[in-house]
Amino acid sequence: MTRFEPGVHVRVRSDEKPGHVRTPDYVKGKTGRIEGIQGAFKNPESLAYGGSGLPELPLYKVGFRQMDLWEGYAGLADDALYIDLYEHWLEPAQKEAR
Amino acid sequence: MSGTHRDGEHDGRHHEGVKPRAEADYYAGRIRAIEELLVEKGVLTKEDVRRQIEYLDARSPANGARMVARAWVDPEYKTLLLSDTKAAAAELGIDASGPVEFVTVENTPEVHNLIVCTLCSCYPRAILGRPPDWYKSFNYRSRAVVEPRAVMKEFGLEIPENVRVAVHDSSADVRYMVLPIRPPGTKGMNEEELTGLITRDALIGVSAPLAPVRTG
Repeated sequence: MTRFEPGVHVRVRSDEKPGHVRTPDYVKGKTGRIEGIQGAFKNPESLAYGGSGLPELPLYKVGFRQMDLWEGYAGLADDALYIDLYEHWLEPAQKEAR
Repeated sequence: MSGTHRDGEHDGRHHEGVKPRAEADYYAGRIRAIEELLVEKGVLTKEDVRRQIEYLDARSPANGARMVARAWVDPEYKTLLLSDTKAAAAELGIDASGPVEFVTVENTPEVHNLIVCTLCSCYPRAILGRPPDWYKSFNYRSRAVVEPRAVMKEFGLEIPENVRVAVHDSSADVRYMVLPIRPPGTKGMNEEELTGLITRDALIGVSAPLAPVRTG
């Protein structure tokens, strides 16, 4: 049912999409790892405008190394950021992962 | 005029306060206008709005504190809390039903968790009620992801160099809460006493639970 399995690396799409988008800019174009599948939820990009939000979309918990998100990140190499992203924002990553 | 100096200070503070207040008035006015329109169009009733405010006001960080204290004394409950937060809430009579998911993340000697919503102010409201104002501030929302260690330090919490920091950006349909580490020196305390150590800020991750008051 879901396109990505836990453990695989994904890249967040860099699309500029207007409107109520739940993918923040700072993860766009970045590579992270699927940490888990949160379930299926109505699409907020449609719900926000009175749409049905259907079909429901798989929502993934994606983990990133902070070092990969921010240049000059001041912290441990293992510091991580986790964020929930809908499937249509993710694509398979070339194996450049950690 | 013995009060001159104090008045000066007061004025300074007053000026700083002017802008946010004016903005709050603007947005409050706008929200009221939108509410009027929604009521007029039959989307909502005044009673819906009142009921929702009442619902939120009936929730508080005390709910989270009870859940954490139970998890500290009952390993089975802890497993439930970490695997199914909604069910764990229900077990203590806290109604967190609804379309939103809840997840509790556990602090350990190896990892410290911090919760933020960079896009707006997502927060486990059905359990903890409304978030604090700083949680909704642009400052916290933008900096908690970029420099979480510096932000926590400003709250008085220094994370040691051998502890990993995990930031959770609640960007979608899941709301997060932290299960803090049970403070040392609390062995003899019962569940109710432990509940008193767990603060709202510890549930967000910007603080550790209170230290026990030493008696005798």
